[in-house]
Amino acid sequence: MTAIDWDLALESLGPLVGGAIRGTIPLALASFAVGMVLAVAVALMRLYGNRVVKTGARLYVSVVRGTPLLVQLFVVFYGLPSLGLTINPWPSAIIAFSLNVGGYAAEVVRAAILSVPKGQWEAAYMIGMSRRVSLTRVILPQASRVALPPLSNTFISLVKDTSLASLILVTELFREAQQVAAFSQEFMALYVEAAIVYWVVCLALSSGQSALERRLDQYVAH
Amino acid sequence: MLPTEPTEASPLLSIHGVSKSFGETEVLRSVDLQVNRGEVLAVIGASGSGKTTLLRCLNGLEVPDAGSVTIAETTVDFSARPSSRELRALRDRSAMVFQNYHLFPHRTVLENIAEGPVVVQRRPRDQVHGEALALLESVGMAHRAGAYPHELSGGQQQRVGILRALALRPELLLFDEPTSALDPELVGDVLALMRDLAAEGWTMVVVTHELQFAREVAQQVAFVDQGRVLEQGVPAEVLRAPREERTRQFVHRLLHPL
Repeated sequence: MTAIDWDLALESLGPLVGGAIRGTIPLALASFAVGMVLAVAVALMRLYGNRVVKTGARLYVSVVRGTPLLVQLFVVFYGLPSLGLTINPWPSAIIAFSLNVGGYAAEVVRAAILSVPKGQWEAAYMIGMSRRVSLTRVILPQASRVALPPLSNTFISLVKDTSLASLILVTELFREAQQVAAFSQEFMALYVEAAIVYWVVCLALSSGQSALERRLDQYVAH
Repeated sequence: MLPTEPTEASPLLSIHGVSKSFGETEVLRSVDLQVNRGEVLAVIGASGSGKTTLLRCLNGLEVPDAGSVTIAETTVDFSARPSSRELRALRDRSAMVFQNYHLFPHRTVLENIAEGPVVVQRRPRDQVHGEALALLESVGMAHRAGAYPHELSGGQQQRVGILRALALRPELLLFDEPTSALDPELVGDVLALMRDLAAEGWTMVVVTHELQFAREVAQQVAFVDQGRVLEQGVPAEVLRAPREERTRQFVHRLLHPL
């Protein structure tokens, strides 16, 4: 066992952080944004859709949660081309990750909506709101505070899961680490370094979550 | 505050044959009721008698299985399931005060009062805020305009609940046991406000256990028992000399709980 090559570790920090900034973080943000739109839509379908819509939404959630993310990623990137549909690495990753997040977050959003007391719907209806306006102005703001901690977990998981995108040729943090490691043969140093960069990103996200929780605290009944 | 014009006795609210079941349980059995413009109807009855369901049928929070509800020029016939548009038209005529206030916890006192007028009725925000502040001033709460509901006492929350209803400029005010969730020492402020509203000429339907309020403020008292209006009349009759044995028993129990 050789000592850690500190020069290499310092030199490779640049590509790794670059991979986080240009790959991991935008990939996670884009997938989460699309995934949340999906999640709210699917949650509303499950709550208020007719029987067909409800069944479709339930099936989607079941498939997403019942299959490995890596398999979903491979189906989109390596599978679809055999059906004549070739998608580049980046869009493939965003499609797979946002479908995945959508499935998990839909359940969180649904539970959060159900957690808002029925009296809030009644008060909203009483002042003349339609169901849609009640939802957007009264129910969802209160549900958002309830959903925030579990959704933060989903987001942090997603940040780490984006490392799987290295397997479909997306240049992000982990792929940078792999490339430097392959070149220098310093596997331990590079992979530990990659782990530390992920950790720092997630620490930053956690503190952001706490701040957001405090701000949204006014949105819940005390 | 802007009460409806007190004109001579004409029914503002009238309901006919209103029935409602929850599953197998018949909660309301063909109820008829009328309330004249500018009058206060107190609805009394044991818990489970159907009085709250009756109140909630008046603004479509419960949809009756049969019968019709008329408020001013709006009639909804429940023999067929009404559209949400019809229910909203009925709802626009009234405003309700809830037992547990149901204020919006994510909005300030002022925003709670202004939400309906601004967002639903699309009245100018500045004007609505001015009115809301005047309403708060009238109950000595202007300094709490920026507070959130959880920062208020129950009595203050319920007064905001009442102001939220008034700000909608309804023709009919509905109260669902407005003081039942309050600590006893906070009941007085809320009842006093309601008495003032009655004096200003608002038409009100009040589901309550406060017999003194019913006696002093209401023009009519309806005793609801097993989903029917068993007895209705002026407070002096219904509360002091009830015709029905069950009314007598109920009033006696409320006046002499021990």
